Amino acid sequence: MMHHDFHVVSAKDLCLTFQTNDGPVHALKDVNLQIDKGDFVSFIGPSGCGKTTFLRAIAALEHPTSGELTVNGTTPEMARQDRAYGYVFQAAGLYPWRTIAKNIKLPLEIMGFTKAEQNKRVEKVLKLVDLEGFGNKFPWQLSGGMQQRASIARALSFDADILLMDEPFGALDEIVRDHLNEQLLKLWASTGKTIGFVTHSIPEAVYLSTKIVVMSPRPGRITDVIESTLPKERPLSIRDSKEFIDIAHRVREGLRAGHGDNGADNA
Amino acid sequence: MRKLFAICTVVLVIVALWYAAAVKMNAKWAYDQAARAKVELSFSELVKDTWSQERPVLPAPHQVVKELWGTTVMKKVTSKRSLIFHGWITLEATLLGFAVGTLLGILLSVGIIYIRAMDMSVMPWAIASQTVPILAIAPMIIVVLNSVGIQGLIPKAIISAYLSFFPVLVGMVKGLRSPDHMQLDLLKTYNASKSDAFFKLRLPSSVPYLFTSMKVGIAASLVGTIVGELPTGAIRGLGARLLTGSYYGQTIQMWAALFAAAILAASLVAIVGATEKTVLKRMGMIR
Repeated sequence: MMHHDFHVVSAKDLCLTFQTNDGPVHALKDVNLQIDKGDFVSFIGPSGCGKTTFLRAIAALEHPTSGELTVNGTTPEMARQDRAYGYVFQAAGLYPWRTIAKNIKLPLEIMGFTKAEQNKRVEKVLKLVDLEGFGNKFPWQLSGGMQQRASIARALSFDADILLMDEPFGALDEIVRDHLNEQLLKLWASTGKTIGFVTHSIPEAVYLSTKIVVMSPRPGRITDVIESTLPKERPLSIRDSKEFIDIAHRVREGLRAGHGDNGADNA
Repeated sequence: MRKLFAICTVVLVIVALWYAAAVKMNAKWAYDQAARAKVELSFSELVKDTWSQERPVLPAPHQVVKELWGTTVMKKVTSKRSLIFHGWITLEATLLGFAVGTLLGILLSVGIIYIRAMDMSVMPWAIASQTVPILAIAPMIIVVLNSVGIQGLIPKAIISAYLSFFPVLVGMVKGLRSPDHMQLDLLKTYNASKSDAFFKLRLPSSVPYLFTSMKVGIAASLVGTIVGELPTGAIRGLGARLLTGSYYGQTIQMWAALFAAAILAASLVAIVGATEKTVLKRMGMIR
């Protein structure tokens, strides 16, 4: 397995089939992808293209039918036991009966950190997501954007190297989303984490990523992998640059091509 | 203020209808008495008589209130005629039955959540248990336990628990299953154990469901206890008061016992409700 050690995530001929009452659904078919340390990888594509399934497979929440998938050079299950990743879902999913600080402590309690260590870490991650002073609030006292930031803080609290995010800002309005995107880039730059990010939004994918994985449905597969040429420093205004628009155009072309194939499949 | 006005209006309407009904239902006795005494009854005399009979078909509200007052505030609590004494006997069995029933409901629901065999088998039996009329079961429980020397509080509490475990079971199964896939997946990503998932997620999620069920359960507990007091010829408890009242045609006494039971039930539900509010507030689940 030595050759995998260089990649944080490595998928080789990965297939994942769900058995349903209407027959097998090929959620992922022959997926090959490498994610390196410090990459910000976005997965974009229409519903049913397998982007979420792939992220869940990395997290060992789904189990591949065939092919090979390694995380930090080991199996996804082993990686999970080594606390390799933090996972952020579309909804913040904070426990309403816990304060923000207590919510962030949830994984720390389960993983057996000491009380003092828990408090230290809560302070640290609240600062990272710009929520200092909100530790004693209950979730309902926070806006949707702040709740999602708290859920990111929860995923960061146990110092996983990988952050897996499944449409984390999908339910938020555009202005809040822009702000959170900017913050997420800062967070990524300051922590050096490897991030896997599922999204529906082309501008979001282009703005955030070093690598954009374009996927298409039936069967779920990768149609294009775009290495971003944008600099690491990205003000929001970069979205008006020609370079940005060119990459966005290529993503859109990739998505359209995926849809064309789909029509041919059905014929 | 508007709410108070609405409630008062409804109460006034009910009381007015009640007085009118008392006149109509007790009139026959009043006319019979008058005919025997060979006197004509004027309307005002009729009304006066029907509202003050000793054994009316339907006692007037003030007669019931007077009886309630006389058998609670004016009687020593140790007296055999004190409703507080009888109410306490009933309350004792109700609380014990409610505690046992709630505990049983919670235990069964946990079993249903975690043990597949119980998931497949317990619920139909629980539902079947509630379709059997409690009036049929209660005497059997009393008689069977009496034959092995158990009587008094325990048999009544068992009947009470028999009625109150069910709402708690149904509510808790729903409550313990209320966390969605995302919340369960989140715990998986932490490698959380089953007991972590239970104590940190499922149990707190089920608390609002538990209280809703307990409000239904405690009222059912009281009904169960009173039913348990009926078939034995018991001499103590609200059920016994109802029974002796019916033996001797003491309708006022029966109505007073009924109201005492209703007031007791309302108080118990209110106490559970207040506890619910306090607990959920402290948990941060209501504002």
